[in-house]
Amino acid sequence: MQETFKHAEACWQCGTPAEEDLFCRYCNSLQPPALDYFRFFGLEPRLKLDPEDLQKRYYRLSRLLHPDRYTQKTAREREYSLEATAILNDAYRTLRDPIARAEYVLKREGFESVEPRSKNVDPELLEEVFELNMALEELRSGNEAARPQLEVARDKFLAMRSEIDRDLQDLFEEYDATGSREILERIRRLLDRRRYVQNLVAEVERELAN
Amino acid sequence: MSVVQIDFGKRKRARVVGIDLGTTNSLVAHMDTPPPKVIPTPEGGKLVPSIVSYTREGKIVVGEEARKRLLTEPERTVYSVKRLMGRGVADVEEELKLFPFQVAEGSESVIRLKLGDRTFTPPEISAFILRQLKQNAEAYLGGPVEQAVITVPAYFNDAQRQATKDAGRIAGLDVLRLVNEPTAAALAYGLDKRHDGLVAVYDLGGGTFDISILRLHEGIFEVLATNGDTHLGGDDIDNLLLRIALEDIDSEWKRDISGDNAAVQSLRRSVVKAKEELSYALKTVIDFEYEGRRYQRELTRELFERLITPIVDRTLGPCRDCLADAGVKVEEIDEVVLVGGSTRIPLVRKAVENLFRTRPHTELNPEEVVALGAAVQAAILAGNVEDKLLLDVTPLSLGIETMGGVVSKLIPRNSTIPASATEHFTTAVDGQTNVLIHVVQGERELAKDCRSLARFELKGIEPMPAGMPRIEVRFLIDANGILNVTAKDLRTGKEQQVEVKPSYGLTDEQVEKMIEESIEMAEEDFRQRQVREARVEADTILHAVEKAKQDEAYESLSEEEKQRIEDAINQLMVAYHGDDHLLIRAKIEELNNATMKLAETMMNAAVSKALKGTKL
Repeated sequence: MQETFKHAEACWQCGTPAEEDLFCRYCNSLQPPALDYFRFFGLEPRLKLDPEDLQKRYYRLSRLLHPDRYTQKTAREREYSLEATAILNDAYRTLRDPIARAEYVLKREGFESVEPRSKNVDPELLEEVFELNMALEELRSGNEAARPQLEVARDKFLAMRSEIDRDLQDLFEEYDATGSREILERIRRLLDRRRYVQNLVAEVERELAN
Repeated sequence: MSVVQIDFGKRKRARVVGIDLGTTNSLVAHMDTPPPKVIPTPEGGKLVPSIVSYTREGKIVVGEEARKRLLTEPERTVYSVKRLMGRGVADVEEELKLFPFQVAEGSESVIRLKLGDRTFTPPEISAFILRQLKQNAEAYLGGPVEQAVITVPAYFNDAQRQATKDAGRIAGLDVLRLVNEPTAAALAYGLDKRHDGLVAVYDLGGGTFDISILRLHEGIFEVLATNGDTHLGGDDIDNLLLRIALEDIDSEWKRDISGDNAAVQSLRRSVVKAKEELSYALKTVIDFEYEGRRYQRELTRELFERLITPIVDRTLGPCRDCLADAGVKVEEIDEVVLVGGSTRIPLVRKAVENLFRTRPHTELNPEEVVALGAAVQAAILAGNVEDKLLLDVTPLSLGIETMGGVVSKLIPRNSTIPASATEHFTTAVDGQTNVLIHVVQGERELAKDCRSLARFELKGIEPMPAGMPRIEVRFLIDANGILNVTAKDLRTGKEQQVEVKPSYGLTDEQVEKMIEESIEMAEEDFRQRQVREARVEADTILHAVEKAKQDEAYESLSEEEKQRIEDAINQLMVAYHGDDHLLIRAKIEELNNATMKLAETMMNAAVSKALKGTKL
């Protein structure tokens, strides 16, 4: 099935030379979909993105592509529709979350994907992590007095995460302006840090919930 | 401004119906021009009880007819089969105890029910119900109905959805789409209600509970999140009351009647009646008669509400989780819609009002609204409605089992469908030609705590050193919420063979066989209908001939002619009780011929009598 989705030179229905649009300009039949998420939405590959604009595009494309619109059409169009809508939904899910969006761009630019659970302690957070582990131990062994300490720690990490998010937005703008690979590197490192902090938050919240 | 559509000429339009295949009742609906309408049964009702009975004569009976047999032949009658779809016997052990029918051998991956001398799987039972609905629709719409939209609980997993689709195929229906019940309800309401906003649909039916939160925007119904419990519903309330009543009777009569299936079903009926009455009255009596003895127990609404509070409370957790997943606060919900017969219970309504702090919508009949919504979706799929679109989600995360039994999540829950994910696989051992992938659904960390969906085997891989092969596997959840897996060998670019072993449910071959059997049964049905119609005609002519024999014209016939008529009557009556409709019609023809002279004579006499009074 994936064989058919390298981009065709001409429309499968009427033979008009293809323009990399979703629909043939002459006969309007659905073409095999392109795989680039930004291109799919008709957007430039930029890290900064207007969520409302994206949503509008998403609704418009859903109306055009959804399998529900193709049940009475040819088998080939039904197949393209299913493919296209799956890509549309995957793309929307990826592009509307700034972190997922950044990771998508990094992957496209050749940066290797990182292990989701890195066990290496971020050296800048060594002290906090040490204190956190102590407090977690306390709570687990039944000492409720550790609870407020954990809540403070959680709030601190949440604030850290928010700061990282703000820094990321700045870096996004810089990247969009310069296209610098070095900026992508910095984004990559910041994402690693964010993931680490996020894991800490999750761990604390898990303990507090018990 | 409304636009009137004028249909010029006979444009061939797909006739697609919407079917609510419910735990307790099923309905079929259709929409030509809005609003959608429920198609009535030949008896004039709207609900078809989801009950199937297999008579001693080998006939299948569905609906009200089957309901009566719950009391007379409970071992041969199945109800609430929806609770058994897509499940293995281990999943339903507890509730099987309260069902009167038996479970047969080999029920690990698909439950087999023993009714009399035959076994049936849940999809086959559901198919009988679907067939009945199909026939009702065809009779009402005056033509064949081949395509349908069937609804499922939003929280149904892959196996349960597949089982529903199988049931549709066995019934001879092309299932265009499986639609989630809460989404269908939102569609039904969306026609005339608010056009933009956030809607929560609370659906408590006979066997399942769903909560969905949708954003409505310019005709797009976008599900943000869905949650629920496929093992929670009105039946649990019934079973609770039933158990209490059985214990009560045991202590009062010193007699355990739980082994007597007919008695249990009769008691169940009394208990359900009491439950329904308490939706309108503050107290009622459970009234039950058995072998001359009478059991009567007063039940107040207050006590009833105390008893069912734990069951109702079980719906609140999923509601809160759903709000969290949707990223929506309770205050942001604009409308709440109630679906399902169990939402008639005042305690349920109160709980929903308290949670969402808004009065829920109940304008549409909670038992019909899902079918009506399905009919709207059917119209969308038929191409007759263009301004509405459903964007639904998958309720459970999809993952694969990796080293150490840990789940690697591929597609998160509440992802809009169709959705896909791609993974790369290679071999672990030199010369390995097969790779096994175990796919699961659920939110837990370990595969063993999730729901096993299927095992996919990548076969025919070129033998080479371990780690060299590169197979790309694509997991696609389609618009029905069902998983499709394809694979490609990246080294050759060719499609990779994938063998599917579903963990629950029927294989393709089994379904094919059932479709064949079902076609045979449908032909049987057709034949029987032809016999019935021939008999009706025979009745007409026999009646007419009996009257003619009283006429004076009969006396003018010769003995030979009279004998000929008698012979023809006798032969027709013999054929009448047989199964051969062609023979019946042949004998009708013969009787026609034998009485032709008699008919002529009577006609002439009638004409001259009429003319006598006329002055020419």
